[in-house]
Amino acid sequence: MADNVGKARRSEEGQCDAEKGGAGSGASVEQGQVLFPPSFSVSEIKNKQRRHFMFLRWKQQQRKEKLAIKKKRKKEREALGDQAPPKPVPKTIENQRVYDETAVDPNDEEVALDEATDEFAPYFNRQTVPKILITTSDRPRGRTVRFCEQLSKCIPNSHVYYRRGLALKRIIPQCISRDFTDLIVVNEDRKIPNGLVLSHLPDGPTAHFRMSSVRLRKEIKRKGKTPTEHQPEVILNNFTTRLGHSIGRMFASLFPHDPQFVGRQVATFHNQRDYIFFRFHRYIFKNERKVAIQELGPRFTLKLRSLQKGTFDSKFGEYEWIHKRHEMDTSRRKFHL
Amino acid sequence: MASPARGCHVWVGSETGILKGINLQKKQATNYKLGDTVLNRHEAVTAMCWGDPYESEIFVGCFDGSVKLFSTEKGKFTESRDCREGEGPFCGLAVLDSSLITCVQSGLLKVWRDTSSENVEIQVGAGVCRMRQNPEQLHRVATGGKENCLKVWDLHQPQEPIFRAKNLRHDWLDLRVPVWDRDMQFLPGSEKIVTCTGHHQVRLYDPSSPQRRPVLEATFGEYPLTALSLTSDGNAVVVGSSHGDVAVIDLRQGRLVKCLKGLAGSVRAIQCHPVLPLVASCGLDRFLRVHNLHHKRLEHKVYLKSRLNCLLLTSREKWEDEGFDSSADLQSDVKEEEEDDEIWNSMEVVATKRKAELQPCTESDLQKDKRLKKQKKLKKAKS
Repeated sequence: MADNVGKARRSEEGQCDAEKGGAGSGASVEQGQVLFPPSFSVSEIKNKQRRHFMFLRWKQQQRKEKLAIKKKRKKEREALGDQAPPKPVPKTIENQRVYDETAVDPNDEEVALDEATDEFAPYFNRQTVPKILITTSDRPRGRTVRFCEQLSKCIPNSHVYYRRGLALKRIIPQCISRDFTDLIVVNEDRKIPNGLVLSHLPDGPTAHFRMSSVRLRKEIKRKGKTPTEHQPEVILNNFTTRLGHSIGRMFASLFPHDPQFVGRQVATFHNQRDYIFFRFHRYIFKNERKVAIQELGPRFTLKLRSLQKGTFDSKFGEYEWIHKRHEMDTSRRKFHL
Repeated sequence: MASPARGCHVWVGSETGILKGINLQKKQATNYKLGDTVLNRHEAVTAMCWGDPYESEIFVGCFDGSVKLFSTEKGKFTESRDCREGEGPFCGLAVLDSSLITCVQSGLLKVWRDTSSENVEIQVGAGVCRMRQNPEQLHRVATGGKENCLKVWDLHQPQEPIFRAKNLRHDWLDLRVPVWDRDMQFLPGSEKIVTCTGHHQVRLYDPSSPQRRPVLEATFGEYPLTALSLTSDGNAVVVGSSHGDVAVIDLRQGRLVKCLKGLAGSVRAIQCHPVLPLVASCGLDRFLRVHNLHHKRLEHKVYLKSRLNCLLLTSREKWEDEGFDSSADLQSDVKEEEEDDEIWNSMEVVATKRKAELQPCTESDLQKDKRLKKQKKLKKAKS
């Protein structure tokens, strides 16, 4: 009897010890049961070198296990042959996107007519030829100046002008009288181009973008030779919603119709998660199957901040869409373009 | 039974010239347009008003100067009239004993009588942004616009305005304060008028007092206020700005009460329900939104495919009911309900916030509760 009691007491003590050690043995030890030895955890090792060594070993082991599972699965698939179940599609933020009711249905009559009569209609009906003015914020520094030059090499029939401290609202009437169809203003902050205002003339709309990751031609690895004067092809990717359509049409109207395929140059506006990536490439068909591309630069990323009806008027203009961070960015899976 | 157009809760005029009827209960939106004409921007709806107090007819003013009559009973356009006079689009439509009042941007206010040829014409000054009718004295209208201060006109004496607002005193730099009234509305039960300006001010004018300057001024945000609407109790005003900010401003103290969230683009029209705590707004972001004024909650959000210019909200309060047999029936209903609601309104003021939240619990909710209780009982019985 006495022995029994003693054991029980000891076991209680043991339990206390286990708890104090914080070993996290998991299984709750009840009285009178056999005790498991306290579990081992790498993070408890006091010696740093030893801990590091043990951690590396643990990591290796994990990797081995993972690879073994992968191999096994592959073998199973091979054994099944054609009857193997299709591979599961990985979950990404894009394919888990929140449903957007403004997504444009190509068969929608109303939207089609709305687009057929909007401000870009004269361009798409081939009544106007794009003529673009590129300027900057006041007193641009080296990088922005070079960026504008390179941008004007990508966009045919574009002219870079020095801003000369003029107000945009005074520039716009002059542009209209000289038949410019678009105005691009690159904003600069501490020698880094960080904003882009794209205004369609003569009567809007005006889009304001945040610009980031600007890489000039010189900074791109494995770049091609300088672009030629040919009119490039334009690719617009993933502009699906009604707002996206407007923005896409805006970009499309920067470039002239009828690309010269001899030049083999492509300008791409790729929208992914509301970020618009601009790339400028030259391609070549190596044989019937293979195509090679070569980047010509510059490259940059845009994010839409607002779309305003009419030409630039940030004070009294009416906004068609504004990005309100605290109201709109509630879900990571909600996209507007 | 009446056509499905009778059950619509909100009527919205779009920039593509389509009149849209939205049934919020069934979540349906129907497009109506005159004939099979192809859409074009010259028929953009710029102004709308009810044709009669029973809300069975809607006058739709188009960009090209024509006014169409839409019958909600029949669900189609019945009449089209050419009211092209003056320049610019319509900035206000109203009805006065079977004659139509129109006002265009260039400042020509005209009353179109059917029989007699003598139409009343008033020049109210250029740059008009909005013309509104006094809902209690139908022969009184207010106009205002850019560099065109607020004026109230009596259509029986069209020579001189019965009230002409005076601009504010010069500012602290002794510079003239610019005038730009974007929208206005008469306060029920008094002669007061509330306006909102393009310089983000909300002003209250009182023609009955000797002061011609505003008796109250409040500012909201830093962007032009484009539309406003009085709430059902008449103590507050809902204003919307060109950035899509909507706020409720108290007219007794000029204080900001609450903001309504969710709008992405410029507001073109706002209207409050005369009884229920609901406010509908539409604008350039192509959405119609209905907010609850008590909870600030977004109740309905409808995508309508084109930019929306103006909107009309029904004043009937039984949203669930589909069609009505006769308009007389509806009228008596409305009267009874109004009395009830007066009682309710008076209670709300006294009640605590929590009570006010509990109050709009609808019948369907109660039914649900009952059902739940029944289920519970059944479960108990089984066990």
